[in-house]
Amino acid sequence: MNAALHHLWTPLSATPLLWLVVTLAAYVIGRQVQKACGGSPFASPVLIAILIVGATLLGTGTSYDTYFAGAQFIHFLLGPVTVALAVPLAENFALVRRHLSSIGLALLAGSLTSVISGVGIVWLLGGSRSVALSMAPKAVTTPIAMAVSDQIGGVPALTASLAILGGILAAIIGRHMLARFQIDDWRAHGLAAGVAGSGIAAAQVAALDEVGAAFAALGIGLNGLLTALLVPLLAALWR
Amino acid sequence: MTSAMLILVGCQLLGELLRATFQLPIPGPVIGMFLLALALGLRARRTGNDRTPAPLKPAAEGLIANMGLLFVPAGVGIIAEAGVIRKEWLPILVAVAGSTILSLIVTALVMHWTLRPTHAHDTDRQGRAS
Repeated sequence: MNAALHHLWTPLSATPLLWLVVTLAAYVIGRQVQKACGGSPFASPVLIAILIVGATLLGTGTSYDTYFAGAQFIHFLLGPVTVALAVPLAENFALVRRHLSSIGLALLAGSLTSVISGVGIVWLLGGSRSVALSMAPKAVTTPIAMAVSDQIGGVPALTASLAILGGILAAIIGRHMLARFQIDDWRAHGLAAGVAGSGIAAAQVAALDEVGAAFAALGIGLNGLLTALLVPLLAALWR
Repeated sequence: MTSAMLILVGCQLLGELLRATFQLPIPGPVIGMFLLALALGLRARRTGNDRTPAPLKPAAEGLIANMGLLFVPAGVGIIAEAGVIRKEWLPILVAVAGSTILSLIVTALVMHWTLRPTHAHDTDRQGRAS
C-alpha cells in the first residue's frame, strides 16, 4: 500500500498540476466553510486555504519552491486582477472626484498611522531593527511593500508575510470594527480596507459592494504611491 | 472573454513598460490599473455612458469576486518565514494587529468625518451605485 502510494506520489508531486489542484481545492473548501458559517468574515477562505495548503506541504515534506512552481499560475493572476480594479473605480469616478479632499486626508492619516504605529510597536516591544523596517510598508499591496522593504533595509520576504497577515486580519475584523464606530458608509469602509489591508481586505469588501470596491481600489493604488514615496524618506530620518 | 483578458494583460504590460522606462517605484499592475481607469473615464466622457462595455465588465467582476484565491500562493510563503516570526513573535504579532486596526479605524474615521457635511447630497448617487 505504502509502495503503491509512493509510486503514485513521486511523479505527481513533480508536476505543477498537483499543487494547482491542491490550492484550488483548499480555497473551495474555505468558501464552503464560510458558507456553512453563514458567510461570517471570521471564516476567511484565504486563511483556511493557507492553513490547509501549509499543513499539506509540512505533512508531505514539500518545499515552498516546489509548491510555488505549481501555484505560480494562480499567483500570476494577481496582476490582471489589480488592473481589473479599474472597472469599479471608473464606474464611480464622479463619486471619487466629488470627495477628493476627504480621500486625500483619510489616506494621509491612515498611511502615516500604519507606518508609525507598526514601527513604533516593534521598537517598544524590543523587536529588531530589521523587523521594524520590514513592518513599515506592510499595509500596501505586496509588490510595492517588498520593493520598499528592500530599499530601506528590511527583509522583503518577511514584509510579504506581514502584508498577508495584516490583510487577513483587516478582512476578518474590518466590518465588525467599523460597525463599532458606527461607520456604515461603503466609501469609508472601502478606502480603509484598501489603505490598511490592501488586496485581501479589498477582496472581501469588493465582493459585497461596488462603491466599496471602487474606494478600495483607490486606497490600494494611492497608498502604494504614497508609501513608495514617504517610507524611504521617513526611514532616512530614523538613523 | 479573450478580448477582456487582452485588455487586462495589455494594460499590465503597458504599466510594466512605463515602470521600466521611467524607473517608477510603483509596480506595473498598479500603473496599469490607473491607465485602464483613465481610458474608461475618457470613453465614458465621449459616449456619455459610464457603464463598462460587455466583455470587460463580467471578466473584471469574475476576477474580483475570486480575488482571495490569488493571495493563497503568496500567503503560504509565511511558512518559509516561520523562523523569524517564531523568534520575534510578540513584537511582530502585536505590531501587525495594532497597526492594521489603528490604520483601519483612522482612515475610516477621517473619511467619515470629512464626508458628513455632504452626506445628504450624495445619497441618490450612492443608492444608484450600490
